[in-house]
Amino acid sequence: MTKDECRQVVLDIIADIAPDEDLSNVKPEVRLRDQLQLDSMDFLDIVMELRKRHGIEVPEADYMQLASLDSCAEYLTPKFNALAGKS
Amino acid sequence: MNSRRDYDVVIIGAGMSGLAAGIRLAHFGRSVCIFERHNAVGGLNGFYSIEGRRYDVGLHALTNFSRPGVRGTPLVKLLRQLRIEREELALCEQRGSRITFGPHGETSLRFTNDFTVLESEVAERFPAQVDGFRALVAAVRAFDDVALDAPALSAREVVRRHIADPLLEDMLFCPLMYYGSPTERDMDFGQFVIMFKALFLEGFARPLEGVRVILRVLLAKYRAAGGERRMKCGVQRIEARAGRAHALVLDDGAEVTARHVISSIGAPETERLIMGDVPAGVGPTPPGRLSFVETITVLNREPTAFGWGDDTIVFFNDSERFEYASPQADVDTRSGVICLPNNFEYRPGQCLPEGLLRVTCLARPDVWSAWPEDEYRAAKGRWFTAVQDSARRFLPLPMGAVTPEAAVVATDMFTPRTITRYTGHFGGAIYGSPVKNRHGRTALDNLYLCGTDQGFLGIIGAMLSGISMANLHVLQKEAGKA
Repeated sequence: MTKDECRQVVLDIIADIAPDEDLSNVKPEVRLRDQLQLDSMDFLDIVMELRKRHGIEVPEADYMQLASLDSCAEYLTPKFNALAGKS
Repeated sequence: MNSRRDYDVVIIGAGMSGLAAGIRLAHFGRSVCIFERHNAVGGLNGFYSIEGRRYDVGLHALTNFSRPGVRGTPLVKLLRQLRIEREELALCEQRGSRITFGPHGETSLRFTNDFTVLESEVAERFPAQVDGFRALVAAVRAFDDVALDAPALSAREVVRRHIADPLLEDMLFCPLMYYGSPTERDMDFGQFVIMFKALFLEGFARPLEGVRVILRVLLAKYRAAGGERRMKCGVQRIEARAGRAHALVLDDGAEVTARHVISSIGAPETERLIMGDVPAGVGPTPPGRLSFVETITVLNREPTAFGWGDDTIVFFNDSERFEYASPQADVDTRSGVICLPNNFEYRPGQCLPEGLLRVTCLARPDVWSAWPEDEYRAAKGRWFTAVQDSARRFLPLPMGAVTPEAAVVATDMFTPRTITRYTGHFGGAIYGSPVKNRHGRTALDNLYLCGTDQGFLGIIGAMLSGISMANLHVLQKEAGKA
């Protein structure tokens, strides 16, 4: 998986969690919280959807890695690739 | 039939909060079963049929309505958390409501889903109080009403810091108390804030077909997520062992086990189920004292045909002070709530099949529960008339060719006795115990409360209660443990 694909995975999840948000202009380097109305309940849902849909585990200590789309891609892409390598 | 005996989570009660908790848990892969003693879902927000007519139990209006594009409101959170599209609820807004006080409603404040209407009404009727009112609104907006451990604070005291006229004070409290307060005469300020936002800063709406639309959406989500439910099968006992809910004994005698148990049936009602090794020092939660009667009149034309105007909800009080307390008499007809469900802005071409007039008044639960059946029926007939007569003082005198009396095609009435029979709430206490338990913890480690006694109010509040307890006690706890 590429980092671009990984960003799209996260965006797809956000689109389902927050269908009332406009995601067409999300800046990948800016914190999601600063450009979208996402609260802690929504971030918990991103974590849980990653597990449910993709089998990706994000321990609580790493939640801050999900701050922006870029940081999500940095953090999650290796996890996706490691998982793909295993199967 | 479901034969499984062990679940990740068991939920007691299929009301709004239990269903919402169930959807969250099932969506995230937990095995969940909801046990409901009644044969219908909805609990305090259900519906029933008599002679082919369907009546909503509790719903006058869904509070907390906010329009698309307004962000961060309870309705938006709810839609997100349950993955519901706004369109699925098909909400139609109120036309406008009124608080009317005095023997014949001499002082009125109108309010709509546009808050500036109430603000300008206050400025017009209470010019000396409007600055205080604005300061109160600022305090309400600034208050963190979702904190799970807020200290108790008298709302009367806070309001009096800003508003010196007792008439305005009572007029503001009246709708907030009637639509959700389990406490007599005063409210906790946190509850006041929740209700103030829900009614005045947000507003009223409903689906054309009422509460069953919302229940249908919840059931469909729950089923699609893989949740199970068993109807006509309540939980009769929670077996406690080593500080945990070890097993649940069902009404049919079968036993089930679960890692987590969420009870939506009320705090005292849940405590009564716990048997066995109960930790000491956890006091019983006092049951609520406030209950209501509601009269429902079905008419063969829209209420506007009688010149009753466009009011959606009318909150009335005829006395010098508004007294929100368990009455001395069987029913207190001095104050109450009139609901005209026809007066929502339904979509073009849509309207309710018949006219409806609903009136709610405070009632004293012990007498309504104690009467033998014949006396109970007689009292219902007597009080039906008294409640109607009282409420009609606050509607315009009827005009038109047909009188409202001649237009009646059916009536019904529910009482504290009905509420206890169908919901199991002690004393018909619709809003539960005056002691709320925001974090939902109980004497047992893996048993939590959601719904009425957790303390989020209204239909949206009930669903958010189920969501937040499922999140806090199950999903959040397990999410970070990778």
